[in-house]
Amino acid sequence: MPNVEFRIWRQDSKDAAPFWEHFEVPFTKGLNIISALMKIRENPTTKDGKKTSPPVYDASCLEEVCGSCTMNINGKARQACSTLVEGLQQPIELEPMRKFPLHRDLSVDRSRMFDGLKNAKAWIQIDGSHDQGPGPRQNPNEQDWRYVLSTCMTCGCCLEACPNYGPQSDWIGPQVVSQVRLMNSHPTGAMHADARLETIMGEGGITDCGMAQNCAAACPKEIPLVESLADMMKATTVKAFKDIFRR
Amino acid sequence: MATGRVSVIGGGLAGLMTTIKICELGVPVDLFSFVPVKRSHSVCAQGGINGAVNTKGEGDHPDIHFKDSCKGGDYLADQPLVKGMCYAAPGIIYLLDRMGVPFNRTPEGLIDFRRFGGTLHHRTAFAGATTGQQLLYALDEQVRRFESEGLVKKYEGWEFLGLVKDDAGIVRGHICANLLDLSIHAFRADAVNLCTGGPGLVFGKSTQSMICNGTAAGAAYQQGAIYANGEFIQVHPTAIPADDKLRLMSESLRGEGGRVWVPKDGKPWYFLEERYPKFKNLVPRDIATREIFQVVREMKLGVDGKDQVYLDVSHIPEETLRRKLEGVIEIYEKFVGDNPAKVPMRVFPAVHYSMGGLWCGYKAGADGFPIVGAPENHQTNVAGLFAAGEADSQYHGANRLGANSLLSCIYSGMIGGPAMVSWRNSMEKGADAAPSSLFDAEKKRWEERFTKIKGMRGKENPYRMWRELGEMMTSHVTVIRNNKDLKIVTGTLDEMSRRWNDIDVLDTGSVMNQAVPFVNQLWNMLELAKVIAHGALARNESRGAHYKPEFPDRNDDQWMKATMASWTANGPKLDYKAVDISLQKPEARKYG
Repeated sequence: MPNVEFRIWRQDSKDAAPFWEHFEVPFTKGLNIISALMKIRENPTTKDGKKTSPPVYDASCLEEVCGSCTMNINGKARQACSTLVEGLQQPIELEPMRKFPLHRDLSVDRSRMFDGLKNAKAWIQIDGSHDQGPGPRQNPNEQDWRYVLSTCMTCGCCLEACPNYGPQSDWIGPQVVSQVRLMNSHPTGAMHADARLETIMGEGGITDCGMAQNCAAACPKEIPLVESLADMMKATTVKAFKDIFRR
Repeated sequence: MATGRVSVIGGGLAGLMTTIKICELGVPVDLFSFVPVKRSHSVCAQGGINGAVNTKGEGDHPDIHFKDSCKGGDYLADQPLVKGMCYAAPGIIYLLDRMGVPFNRTPEGLIDFRRFGGTLHHRTAFAGATTGQQLLYALDEQVRRFESEGLVKKYEGWEFLGLVKDDAGIVRGHICANLLDLSIHAFRADAVNLCTGGPGLVFGKSTQSMICNGTAAGAAYQQGAIYANGEFIQVHPTAIPADDKLRLMSESLRGEGGRVWVPKDGKPWYFLEERYPKFKNLVPRDIATREIFQVVREMKLGVDGKDQVYLDVSHIPEETLRRKLEGVIEIYEKFVGDNPAKVPMRVFPAVHYSMGGLWCGYKAGADGFPIVGAPENHQTNVAGLFAAGEADSQYHGANRLGANSLLSCIYSGMIGGPAMVSWRNSMEKGADAAPSSLFDAEKKRWEERFTKIKGMRGKENPYRMWRELGEMMTSHVTVIRNNKDLKIVTGTLDEMSRRWNDIDVLDTGSVMNQAVPFVNQLWNMLELAKVIAHGALARNESRGAHYKPEFPDRNDDQWMKATMASWTANGPKLDYKAVDISLQKPEARKYG
């Protein structure tokens, strides 16, 4: 079997000068990007035989459910665990996501995504964790579409693809908006829907969406983010009107 | 009374539930995690969470759940905690529902339940086939709420290194490293809870995440905490083999009707159904795994002569697969390339879960139930140190039933959190009053150790050494164990600890240097490997996941006792402790 060639972005810190390093990894059936990176660290030597440090990357579940190992692979943000080498153009280029501050090499700081969830009050307001008996009954069809929204693993693919998101803007991004929709559609969550809508109506809120619609196509979980954006635009508009008449 | 903060290490289900309970009591929490807590290993749980809600009208009851769990664990778990967990389970599922977990529903809008191993009842609530992810997100959201209220401070991207104890041996805080710059910090805490998951990485490849290295439990063990029942390692019967990890193919596939078979004489042979006509494909995991080993290794009937059997769901309507099992079906499609609705999956057993872990106490009342709020609950033998979730050793005895782990994680948090607060409130003086010299000394010790590791320029590649460890442990300390091999393993582990000193750290970078903490973790993995291997070597019987052909039967007279490992410089010292079987009399473990 031939070797697989990699071209990996190296940068020791956000202020350091970046450079590329080339590596070769023996091909095996089903080889994914993570396995290749693991092989490289077992023998961190470039294609030219230069000893180097193992490339730094984030990884945890390796089943495309935790979101950790998201990086740009041949220019597209995706999870390194579920990206198989077979069929990719070589050398396979690995780069960090560009919309987030760099830690080192392929690892970035995505804490802004979690701050977004905090600001949006993306939780169900329960009275306490003591036993209060069963929750509200729910229509199985409702569960079916809500479940899809609930599989968002905060990976950042949608933001990497969004032309309006980045260090230059306050736009919170489609993933936060979609979580507001998820929470607002829950029978208990609906009781506090207005408070959540308010969080996406101000600066950096839903009106900052430029409707490029790249997000839904970029989502590895096929979450209908454009639908969520449209739905929440409608909800915020209705709320804005109501607010006018309430005054 | 102490009035300081408490620390929770690990932000999976156990850590988050612990945190929620502490916050509800008004006590501030510092929450530490390798990764953003939303990326914790709990996301990998697929099939569901058990609770005898009896939605299907089968006469299910928490007491039957309790009996199934005791029997499933081959009677090695202290029963009061198991009983408390099983009776709390329906309320826990309702709580999660109230938190917004999108559980699958019956046509009437109630929570749906499916079958799982080791029981004849529909007892497992589920959200598609990513139940762990959904549960984790719900708890993550609740903790984020407490974070926004200022009760929780998160340290994400931090690693627990060790405890800080005072002269009386009471935990007063801990040392953590910031993984971004490897700076070492001391934290004062009136109680510390290790909710740090299992040690899957000790076996190299497993179904566990790359953060499940057991390093925190290994560090606590080296500082005096007893590690109990380490030899009981669950090997899940069905996973997809690969180079980087072994991906779980959930038991829920069989719960929904999936069948295990191999070709024999030109026809499918459903060996589990033939050998266990009552439980069929849903025998407990230890049994299913041994049967697969027997069929593949002894009878040489593996598919295409390889280490694999078929797990077949192709007879189940595709709509059902999509609605109830999508997450796991998707994993198979993405990583293997075949559609399980059309082609039987090829799977093989994989290390999955540790029943053993840090030993914890409990206090039960006259009714046999744990007393919620008693400081003994989930407290280790080290005063002020607690453990919960997979990091503890309670609940599952010698073998865990499927869908009991999400439950035990949450239940252990529900009683562990209040126990920490009771412990804190019971102390006359808190960590704030402890002398700074305690913290300075430990901080200095860890700084020196990290400096030493950063300077290591030996010949051994730490990642290759880790792979070697995993391959040896998987070969000799999993499904079938022989004393001859185990003796070799214990010797090799000592040798590897010596070779550890000859490691080349590979990376001298000052930002996000991942090699330095890994080398430290590898040391702790070796220590835990010794606990597991020595425990297995000593236990001359077969019970649950621990199987020795030389001693094929359970031996209650000699071995109905928990292994209690204490660290010494010469390897683990093993003591034994009687199991509390006051609530359910052990019987023969039959699933025919």
